[in-house]
Amino acid sequence: MKNWPLWEVFVRSKNGLEHRHFGSLHAADAEMALENARDVYTRRNEGVSIWVVESKNITASNPEHGGELFEPAQDKVYRHPTFYDLPDEVKHM
Amino acid sequence: MSEKEIKNLEEIFEQRIARDEKIEPKDWMPEKYRKTHIRQISQHAHSEIVGMLPEGNWITRAPSLRRKVALLAKVQDEAGHGLYLYSACETLGISRDELYEQLHTGKAKYSSIFNYPTITWADIGAIGWLVDGAAIINQVPLCSTSYGPYARAMIRVCKEESFHQRQGYEIMIKLAKGSPEQKEMAQDALNRWWWPSLMMLGPTDAESVHTEQSMKWKLKRKTNDELRQQFIDQTVPQADLIGLTMPDPDLKWNEETGHYDFGDIDWDEFWQVVKGHGPCNEERLSARVNAWEEGEWVRDAAMAYAKKQEEKKLKKAI
Amino acid sequence: MMKNENLVHYIYGIADNALILGQRLSELCGHGPSLETDIALTNMALDLLGQTRSYYQYAAQLLGDGKTEDDIAYLRIERQYKNVLLVEQPNKHFGYVITRQFFYDVFHLLLLQELQNSKDETLSAIAKKGIKEVSYHQRFSSDWMKRLGDGTEESRKKTQEAINDLWKFTDELFHMTEDDKQVFEAEIGVDVTTLKQLYNQRVKEVLEEATLTIPEIKWFQKGGKQGIHSEHMGYLLSDLQYMQRTYPNMKW
Repeated sequence: MKNWPLWEVFVRSKNGLEHRHFGSLHAADAEMALENARDVYTRRNEGVSIWVVESKNITASNPEHGGELFEPAQDKVYRHPTFYDLPDEVKHM
Repeated sequence: MSEKEIKNLEEIFEQRIARDEKIEPKDWMPEKYRKTHIRQISQHAHSEIVGMLPEGNWITRAPSLRRKVALLAKVQDEAGHGLYLYSACETLGISRDELYEQLHTGKAKYSSIFNYPTITWADIGAIGWLVDGAAIINQVPLCSTSYGPYARAMIRVCKEESFHQRQGYEIMIKLAKGSPEQKEMAQDALNRWWWPSLMMLGPTDAESVHTEQSMKWKLKRKTNDELRQQFIDQTVPQADLIGLTMPDPDLKWNEETGHYDFGDIDWDEFWQVVKGHGPCNEERLSARVNAWEEGEWVRDAAMAYAKKQEEKKLKKAI
Repeated sequence: MMKNENLVHYIYGIADNALILGQRLSELCGHGPSLETDIALTNMALDLLGQTRSYYQYAAQLLGDGKTEDDIAYLRIERQYKNVLLVEQPNKHFGYVITRQFFYDVFHLLLLQELQNSKDETLSAIAKKGIKEVSYHQRFSSDWMKRLGDGTEESRKKTQEAINDLWKFTDELFHMTEDDKQVFEAEIGVDVTTLKQLYNQRVKEVLEEATLTIPEIKWFQKGGKQGIHSEHMGYLLSDLQYMQRTYPNMKW
C-alpha cells in the first residue's frame, strides 16, 4: 500500500511569536500529523501551538525565477525610512 | 542543457558555496552534489536509528529509575535525529521508504561502531562518553555545511545532543568511583570501546576517498586525522580525571606537537566490520528489517483509515 | 483506621501499574512501526516512569526507613508488586500494545480525575500533573484503536484478537483491596468500583467507532492486586531487577 505522506510542521514557540517552520514528518492523516509533531518537535517544551500541512499542498516559487521575482525590489530604496532626510532636531519619526 | 551551459552553472554553484551561501532544495545543483548529499545524510540518518539498538538493549535493565528515564530520553532523541535527517534527505528528491530500502538491503552504510555489542551497563556509559563524544566532533562543523536543510537539521541535533555525552560520562564517573567491581566494569568498557571510537572518525586521510570534494562543499571542515587527534586530545584528560586508563601503551603527551601521540589503529578490523563481519551486523540489520516488516500492517491500517475518513468527509459535503 | 502501611500499599498499587506499563512500552523503543510512532510510545513511557518516580518518592518518605525510590522499584519480590494483570501482558504485536494502552488509559484518566480530590496533598498534586499526560495518552490510544479497527481487514482482525485476549483483565481494575478500602475511608483514595460504568461506556464508544466489539466474557482474570501475577511477570522483573540483584548495594 501507499506510504504515509510527508507533512510540514510549523510551531509557535510562545504566544506573541509567529509560527515558524520546524521541519517535516510522515503521518497518515492530519490528526496523526499533529500528534506526531507534538511528540517529535516539542519534546523540550518548544511550543504552544502547532500547524501541520501536507507538503504536497505547498506551492513554492521557483528559484530560477528568483531574479524576476525578487531583484526588482532591491532598488526601491524609497520604501525605507532612511531614504528621507530630516533635520537632526526631529529625533524620532 | 549543453555541456557548456552545465559547466557554467557548476561554476556559479561552486562560487556560491565558496561565498558561504546556502543551497536550498529547489536550487539547481550538480547531480554529484545531490548524490553525495543523499549518501552522506542518509548514512547519518541510518546511523542514528541503528544506533538506537545497542543502547536500547539496556533500557529495560537500567540500574535505577533516574538512569532509565535518561537513557530512554536519549534513545528517543536518536529516533528524532534520524527523523530530522531523513527529512533533510527527502528534500533531495528521495523518499524515506527508498532510503529504508537501501538500508535494509545492505546497500547503504551506517556507522560501524553500532555493530559492537553492549554487554554490560558500563557500555552505556562508554557509548555516551566516547561514541557521542566522537559524533559531536564530527557533527558540530556540519551545522554550517552548504546544504541548508542538512545544516538546519544538524543545528537541532547538536543542540539536543548536548546532554547525551554528559549522560554517558556521568555513568562512567559513578562507576569509576564505585566498588572495585564497578570500576573494573568501567575500565573493561573503555578497553572495548576506545579503539572503535577512534575508527569512528573515519579512515586515515591517505585512505579517505571523499575528503577533497567534501571539503569544498563544506561537508567536512577538517580531515579525519585532524578530527581524531582533536578527539584524543580532549578525551584522554577526561579519562585521567576519573582514574581510567586508555588501552594504548603508546599513548603519551608530546610536548613538541602539543598533542597526544597514539598507537596504531587496527584498520583491518575496521574494514572487516564495514564489510559486515562485525559481531552484531546481522542482528542490527535484522532488528531494523523486522520492525519495518512487522509494522507494515499498522502503517497500511492507518492509510486505509485516513482514506475512509476522507471519503466520509466528501460524502458529507455533497 | 487507615495505617501508614495501607497508604504505602495503596500508592504501590497505582505506581506499580505505571512502572510495569512503562517498562513494557520501553521494550519497544527502537522497534516501532514507524519512527514517529516509536517516538510517541517512548513519550508515554517517559510520562509513566515520571509518575512512578513521584509516587515511589512519596512512598519512600512515608516509609521513613531510608528506603529510596529505587529500593521500592527494584528490590521487592514478585508477590509484593501490586500492579494489575493487564499492564504486564506482553507486546505480542502493535494491536496488543495499543489495546492494552487504551484499556489502561481510560481507567487511568478516570482514576486520576478522582484522585486529584484526595485529602492527601501530595497525591492530589501528582494526580493533577498526571491528568494532563494521561489525557493525551487516552487520545493517542483511542485514535489508534480507530485506525486499527476501521483500517484494513487484517488490522481489524488483529486488533479484535487483542481485545478478545485482553478484555478479561479489565475487571480487576475495579476491585478494591483491603488497603484500597482503608485509604478510601480516610478520604485519600478512590473507590474504583464507582468508575466502572463510565469506563465501560467510554470504551464502548471508541470501540464502536472503531468497528470493534467487546467480547462476551463470563469469567474475568484477577490476582495482580494481591501480587499473584501471570507467568510473564517474572521475566519482566528479571530484566528490570537484573542490575540491582546482580550488584547489590551499589550506587549507579
